[in-house]
Amino acid sequence: MKNYLLNIMLDVVPQPTESLFRTSGKIFVVVGILTIIFTLITIYLVRLDAKISKLENKGK
Amino acid sequence: MAKIPYKWYKLLAVLLLGYTLIYGLLIPLPTDVGILDETIRNLFYHVPMWFGMMLILMAAWIYSILYLQNQNPNHEIIARSLTYSGILMGLCGLFTGMFWGYNTWGSPWTNDPKLNGVAVGMTMYAGYWLIQKSVNEGEKKARLASVYNIFIFPLFIALIFVMPKLAKFSIHPGSGESVNFKTYNKTNNMEMVFYPAIIGWTLFFVWIAEITARYELIKQRKENEKLFA
Repeated sequence: MKNYLLNIMLDVVPQPTESLFRTSGKIFVVVGILTIIFTLITIYLVRLDAKISKLENKGK
Repeated sequence: MAKIPYKWYKLLAVLLLGYTLIYGLLIPLPTDVGILDETIRNLFYHVPMWFGMMLILMAAWIYSILYLQNQNPNHEIIARSLTYSGILMGLCGLFTGMFWGYNTWGSPWTNDPKLNGVAVGMTMYAGYWLIQKSVNEGEKKARLASVYNIFIFPLFIALIFVMPKLAKFSIHPGSGESVNFKTYNKTNNMEMVFYPAIIGWTLFFVWIAEITARYELIKQRKENEKLFA
C-alpha cells in the first residue's frame, strides 16, 4: 500500500524539466532576447563584411 | 584570395545558428540526465565551441603546411586568422565550461584530464600568438609561426582528445567510463539540434576568420604600396 501511494505521488510530481522551465512560459522572453542579440551581431558582421569588400575593390 | 568565393555559407551559418538558439532552448529534454537537468542544453552552445575549434585549427594547420610548401604569404595570413578564430572559440568554450562547471560540480576547475589538457594546449597557442607579436621580420616570423603551428596542433589534439580517452575517469562525455549520447533515453532528439549547432557555430567563426584575413591582406597591401612608392 505504501509503495503504491509512493508511486502515485511520484507520477503526480512533475519532472524537473516540466516544473521549473515551462510553467511560467517566460522562457520565450529569453529566446526573444537571444534572437535580438544574435540579429544585431549578424547585422554588424554583414556591414563589416561589406565595408571590407569596398576597401578591397578600391585597391584594385 | 582570402575571400571565400561562396557567399551562401554565411547565410547558412546565420540560419543554422538562429535555429540552434531558438529551438535549442525549446526542445524537450531527456529526463535522465541527473544533476545536469536543464543545463544539458549547453550541449548546443558549449560543446560546439570545442568541435568547431578543432575543425578550424585543423584548417589552420593545413594552411601552415601549404605555406611552408609554396611560400605564398597569403596562406600564412589565412592560417593566422584561422588560428586566432580557433583560439577565440577555445576561450569561449573554456569560459562557458567554467561557468557550467561551477554551477554543476561546484567548482570552476576540477581535476579532469580534459581540463588540464586544454590548459596546456591553450598555453601552447598563447606561444603561437607570442611568436606572431614578437618577431619583427615578416618572412622569418611567418616561417617560425608556421613550423610552430604544424608542431603544436597534433600535440593539442593528443592532449584534449586522445589523452582523456585513455584516462580512467573523466566527467566529460566520451572519455574514460563516462556517459555519452547513447546512455540517455530517447524521449527527445537532441542530435537534431546538436549537429546543426556544430556546423552553424563553425561556419560563423570561419566567417570571422575570413573578415580578419581580408583585413590583414588590405593592411599588407597598404604597407607594400608605402614601401614601393
